[in-house]
Amino acid sequence: MKITFPHMGTSWIGFKTLIEGIGHEVVLPPPPTKRTLDLGTKYAPEFACLPFKVLLGTYLEAIELGADTIISSGGVGPCRAGYYTQLQKRILQEQLGHDVRVITFEPLNRNWVGTYRIFRDLIRVNLREFIGLLWLTWQKLLALDAIERESHRVRPLEVNTGSTSRVVSKAFADIDKADSVKKVKDVTRDNLEKMNSLPQDAHRHPLKVGVIGEIYVVLEPFVNLDVVETLGHMGVYVHRSIFLTDWTIENTVLDAFRVEGEMNIKKAARPYLPEMIGGHGQNSIGETILYAKKGYDGVVQLAPFTCIPEIVAKSIIPKVSRDYNLPVLTLMLDEQTGKAGISTRLEAFVDLLAMRRVRLGGEIA
Amino acid sequence: MNAYLGVDVGSVSTNFVLMDEQGKLLDSLYIRTKGQPIQAIQAGLKALEKQVPPSLNVLGAGATGSARQLTGVIIGADIVKNEITAHAVAAMHCVPDVQTVLEIGGQDSKLIIIRDGVVVDFAMNTVCSAGTGSFLDHQAARLGIPIEEFGKLALQSKQPVRIAGRCSVFAESDMVHKQQMGHKTPDIIAGLCDALVRNYLNNVGKGKSIAAPLVFQGGVAANQGIRHAFEKELGVPVIIPEDFGVMGALGMAILAKENRAQGKKTSFRGFGASELRFATRSFECNGCPNQCEIVEIRQDETVLARWGDRCHKWQNTTRGEAAS
Repeated sequence: MKITFPHMGTSWIGFKTLIEGIGHEVVLPPPPTKRTLDLGTKYAPEFACLPFKVLLGTYLEAIELGADTIISSGGVGPCRAGYYTQLQKRILQEQLGHDVRVITFEPLNRNWVGTYRIFRDLIRVNLREFIGLLWLTWQKLLALDAIERESHRVRPLEVNTGSTSRVVSKAFADIDKADSVKKVKDVTRDNLEKMNSLPQDAHRHPLKVGVIGEIYVVLEPFVNLDVVETLGHMGVYVHRSIFLTDWTIENTVLDAFRVEGEMNIKKAARPYLPEMIGGHGQNSIGETILYAKKGYDGVVQLAPFTCIPEIVAKSIIPKVSRDYNLPVLTLMLDEQTGKAGISTRLEAFVDLLAMRRVRLGGEIA
Repeated sequence: MNAYLGVDVGSVSTNFVLMDEQGKLLDSLYIRTKGQPIQAIQAGLKALEKQVPPSLNVLGAGATGSARQLTGVIIGADIVKNEITAHAVAAMHCVPDVQTVLEIGGQDSKLIIIRDGVVVDFAMNTVCSAGTGSFLDHQAARLGIPIEEFGKLALQSKQPVRIAGRCSVFAESDMVHKQQMGHKTPDIIAGLCDALVRNYLNNVGKGKSIAAPLVFQGGVAANQGIRHAFEKELGVPVIIPEDFGVMGALGMAILAKENRAQGKKTSFRGFGASELRFATRSFECNGCPNQCEIVEIRQDETVLARWGDRCHKWQNTTRGEAAS
């Protein structure tokens, strides 16, 4: 089988290891570009959200590159993204006539038997080897997240703009190449050291901004027009609310044991939004409150255009923002969104936060 | 005499302001950008040079607008800022206790919330440009009314008709429909003003706490019909500063003055920059799969600046370097 999967941030490095390990050829999903989005927009329903369009475009590009199998995930609903793979499957197979197999992983505890059948079908190695591969994949995902986390801390302090991002690219390439858990740990340690020894200005007190929102647009830099990196280059420390490994533990591993994850976030959100409304709607409220309590200067909410959970959150956030006295900037992302408009808003938001901090008696540089 | 220069290069107009040490406006200039920012900037510098006394000494310069980065390089700005900050600074300069700024320009509209002299919230129109200057221009031309008269006509209306203002395409077809039904032009124009203000408040103003004193600026502030509709809808008086059309540029002149006060020497090229030969080109970087489109600005054979690269490798290696 020639397998492809959604492109979401750096996670492809982990998935590639796993799928190659169990005995299949991987067709790497190309990083989304303007063309990916054009392709997706052409065949997607007009009011589907941005992730639907980008993923559909990615699948079409991967099919051009020879993929015959797509692996994606379902969801825990009520967000309609849980059904997107089904719709994409129909568009690809029935509307466009592609001879492609689509495999959907549903959350474990809702579908143990189905998940077992998929694995039995896919895995060409013995159980011991498979567990080893899962461990290596997990270590790679952890390493990727560790590199990104550290880059968010170092970037606003860097003396030579862009130096952090260059180490980050190198680290990702190294982790991709590493073929054992030991090598993954070695290259991660080396690159973290390299990042830390970059020339830094310790006198800066960067503004602290939390980035919240829907998981796909938060994790995929192409779709959010590099919000995290752009803020970093403006001298802002960014805390991204979602990392794939944390999310996996909270939503897949705990869920499999019927334990509800992200309890602290949901608890914080409850006075404003007591219901799980799907996607990351409730999280966006809860995380905003937690950032306020941790003394952050501001929050940026990333929402795909027409994303219902984030629209609900957006209309509640002004109240949270007033109650906790924390500025929040909402960026609605769709195929029309231009980088210039995003930069103008981010620059203005950073100016606002800087003036506000000085007014509150703090310092920045 | 000492002065500070502010330049605001937007999609529709290019504005210049010269301000003296006391914060008084010495001169201002408004020209159409016509999609040629470099030519517009140079034409503006040339025109200003003719208007000002030769003894004028520019101590600082600032740039804003959607072409702020480019403008900064061409004029040698000391400070480059986004439009929201520039507009807020200018509004606070004219009305120190301002709490809300409504700004409607050629292609975008903004709402800025200020409390105790600090911007606390803002919004910009996202996908919709209904109600901005270009749309009003277009409608005035379609009705055969000079844009200067357009707003005044709205004030003559006793019974504004209801126009769908959600989207400029629907607004236009609704206006045509109302004309064909036989409604009077002033009623239609007044209805359009009401619709556009409703649209602005629903889109840009959603969830924002709009409070007086309230300043209305940007090119559309010249339209009395829109101003009247805002007052009717919000129930508070709307203040229109004298220099409403060039507030972004004024904000940058003020910021340039503040920048100078910190003891920094200006890098302004002088009005003679209108004679220099600037050229831009763009190319795709093949250094990695991102394939960024790099823009390069040159003056004769010298590269002044490059941008567009995500990794900053081109940006970091430009000033003064000879073009290869």
